[in-house]
Amino acid sequence: MIELKSLTKKYGSFTAVDSIDLSVPDGELFGFLGPNGAGKTTTLRMIAGILQPTSGSIHLAGVDLSADPLAAKARLGFIPDRPFIYEKLTGAEFLRFVAGLYGQDGDKVEHRGRELMALFDLEEWADELVESYSHGMRQKLIISSAFIHRPDVIVVDEPMVGLDPKAARILKDLFREYVRRGHTIMMSTHTLEVAEALCDRIAIIQHGKIRAVGTIQDLRAEATGGGGLEEIFLRLTGERAARDAMEVLDA
Amino acid sequence: MRSTPVPRAANAGETLKVNGWTHMTPVRGVSPGIVSDTSLNHLLSPKFISARARPLGKTENRAGRLILFFIVGGVFWTFVFGMLYRLLRYFRGIPEIGALLAGKLLAVMFVSLFGILILSNVVTALSSFFLAKDLDLLVAAPVDWLRLYGAKLLETTAHSSWMVVLIATPVLTAYGISYHGGFLYPLVAVASMLPFLFIPAALGSAVTLLLVNIFPARRTRDILSVIAVLAAAGVVLLFRLVRPERLARPEGFRSLVEFIALLRAPTSSWMPSEWAAQGIMGWLRQDPELLPFYMLWSTAAVAVVLGALLHRFLYARGFSKSQESGERWVRQGAVGRLVGRMLTPWGVMRRELVLKEMRLFFRDTTQWSQLILLAVLVVVYVFNIKFLPLRGEGITFFLQNVIPFVNLILAGFVLASIAARFIFPGISLEGRTLWLLRSSPLEMRQLLWSKFWVGTLPLLALALGLVFATDVLLQVSGFMMAVSIFTITMLTFAIAGLALGFGALFPKFNTENAAQIPTSFGGLVLMMASVALIGLVIVIEARPVYQYVGAHLLHSEPSIAGLWLGFGGAGLICLAVTFVPIRIAVKRMKELER
Repeated sequence: MIELKSLTKKYGSFTAVDSIDLSVPDGELFGFLGPNGAGKTTTLRMIAGILQPTSGSIHLAGVDLSADPLAAKARLGFIPDRPFIYEKLTGAEFLRFVAGLYGQDGDKVEHRGRELMALFDLEEWADELVESYSHGMRQKLIISSAFIHRPDVIVVDEPMVGLDPKAARILKDLFREYVRRGHTIMMSTHTLEVAEALCDRIAIIQHGKIRAVGTIQDLRAEATGGGGLEEIFLRLTGERAARDAMEVLDA
Repeated sequence: MRSTPVPRAANAGETLKVNGWTHMTPVRGVSPGIVSDTSLNHLLSPKFISARARPLGKTENRAGRLILFFIVGGVFWTFVFGMLYRLLRYFRGIPEIGALLAGKLLAVMFVSLFGILILSNVVTALSSFFLAKDLDLLVAAPVDWLRLYGAKLLETTAHSSWMVVLIATPVLTAYGISYHGGFLYPLVAVASMLPFLFIPAALGSAVTLLLVNIFPARRTRDILSVIAVLAAAGVVLLFRLVRPERLARPEGFRSLVEFIALLRAPTSSWMPSEWAAQGIMGWLRQDPELLPFYMLWSTAAVAVVLGALLHRFLYARGFSKSQESGERWVRQGAVGRLVGRMLTPWGVMRRELVLKEMRLFFRDTTQWSQLILLAVLVVVYVFNIKFLPLRGEGITFFLQNVIPFVNLILAGFVLASIAARFIFPGISLEGRTLWLLRSSPLEMRQLLWSKFWVGTLPLLALALGLVFATDVLLQVSGFMMAVSIFTITMLTFAIAGLALGFGALFPKFNTENAAQIPTSFGGLVLMMASVALIGLVIVIEARPVYQYVGAHLLHSEPSIAGLWLGFGGAGLICLAVTFVPIRIAVKRMKELER
């Protein structure tokens, strides 16, 4: 379970995240949508304990992140949007290292590591250095690392970037199965079809504030006018669907 | 729809200027193209803007770090200037050979700086010409090869030379003031320094370009770093072979004439360092010569032109090769398994952190290859001690006990250089993966202490080995051996603490080349602070050592309280310098938002 209360992040006079209240219960896959620069990544990085909130609180699986950060982080898996990892470790060593950070090792971890790498077609690359991996392979390895210690909560920033269609499908199935088992996943994405097909509930954030939150049906009702998630998103965020292409190209 | 002015039709071969781009209209047999007339200034403008926006890196507490820099820098400059000024004034007092000695000293300093510049330029050129993140943009843009070369050469020169300029400034100032260089002297110094900086930059860039083209792409980076380190080791060995200590012992020469003849002979007549020293000394002796300046400027011009031609023909191929991916396979070492088993009692997290540090270090050629240079430095150092004239006229019991004390200063300096190479970059190298450590239940304290022990234990083994070996060669007393072992142990901990502290205070998270981290601004501040610490500890310990040696000579008992006070004080300072920087580093790492 993830609980955010009056969560705020300011950079000087700029408010990136403005008093957000959210509650994501166990067994829910929650989508976080918004235009570029709306505050999605900042919110997710605060939940992951990387950024310090200016005010407000974060509870992960019932543990207050600011009061007991280590206990809260022990229940979390984070998948960032940029796959930066140790270039000079092999894939298998990286998974072992991440499990070690959560105090886990032994046969069970080895078995999980092999299974996760096999799931994403990385078995053959397990003993090769990460520096020889492609962007998509690194992303798959990071996704695997978030599952290696079996966290209660997974926070994902743009999970589909760089993934091939097969890996994207596997990831969707993995996410659905994980929440079915009672865990919580919160993810940001720009791929609206993914959000529409996968998420139980969706929040739309703009200028650091939650603009709307609910199921697709709730959002449709709020946006008045029906349509798919793309139309709802554009109506709620007030973005123009497309500029006059001719005007732009002639400029 | 808004209408845009349509350029008039151009004739074949004619150029049209639109928004700063020169469009080439098609000529028969020549494909249409577009060549930018972007100026050098424009290509370098992102660097200028970035440098202006964050002079000390993106960080809070910039004022505090600036103050720290100015204090440490001021102390260092004053120290170098003061020492050299006193030495030069002493030289001025010696008739005949005083000026020759001053000239020789300058030439030797310039040779060392030239060696440093070549090495530093080879390493920096690899980053700026082949690894920098802006290259994808610049190489894909219609930027003329000559302008790209010019921009990257200037960038390489600036990155690799600023530290040499910082060191050379108090040195040249001391020369100018001691020899009354006059108000034109700064111009003369700049006229010799400018080509002196550009020659190694053009040469270093050309060497890098050739190496990137010659070696298999996957191994280029690794081979280049090994070659650069071997070259540096060669420079150190060559310097040793020159036997500079002979100059300090004129009595070792058969006659004064032979000594003066050696002083008059150029250190290396075909080296730009010799020309720069000649140019400056000629002016200071009031016997200005034009030839050294002509040699310097013409050689710089030739080096840049030849470098540009090489760049024109080899750069595209080299750049393409350097973009290929890195090494794939690694050996699973038995040492790693053994260390893993040994560390098991300390818990999974600590074991994995230490194993990760070891793997990253030994698999990164740019890191481990520096061990070669280190080994050469240690061998040269032990040899220097071995050949010290410790027996004979004027070498008293007192001197025999003072020399091991001075040995400690030098060993401390070697330690500081090693800490700057291996411990200081530790935090910077975590930069891109901090998201993982920060989102995991890992305490920053644990991370920093694991880095401390992984760096300190090998450093301590080396320090103890070095001091023990040199003390045995020096045949020191039991007391001095104990003092040396105690001091070097405490200094090792303190210098490692400083390296971690400064590593966290002045991180370089976005560097493309790990070899550049030690020569960054923070690395320089670390070296200055380490030298200050070594000096302070030695000064505090000097009094009890002096009292002990004095008491020994007079066959009396030394003051026990004095000994406790001196060594206790030094020990406490070292402990404070170990713990305080690590505490600051932990605090800073917790505050980091990456």
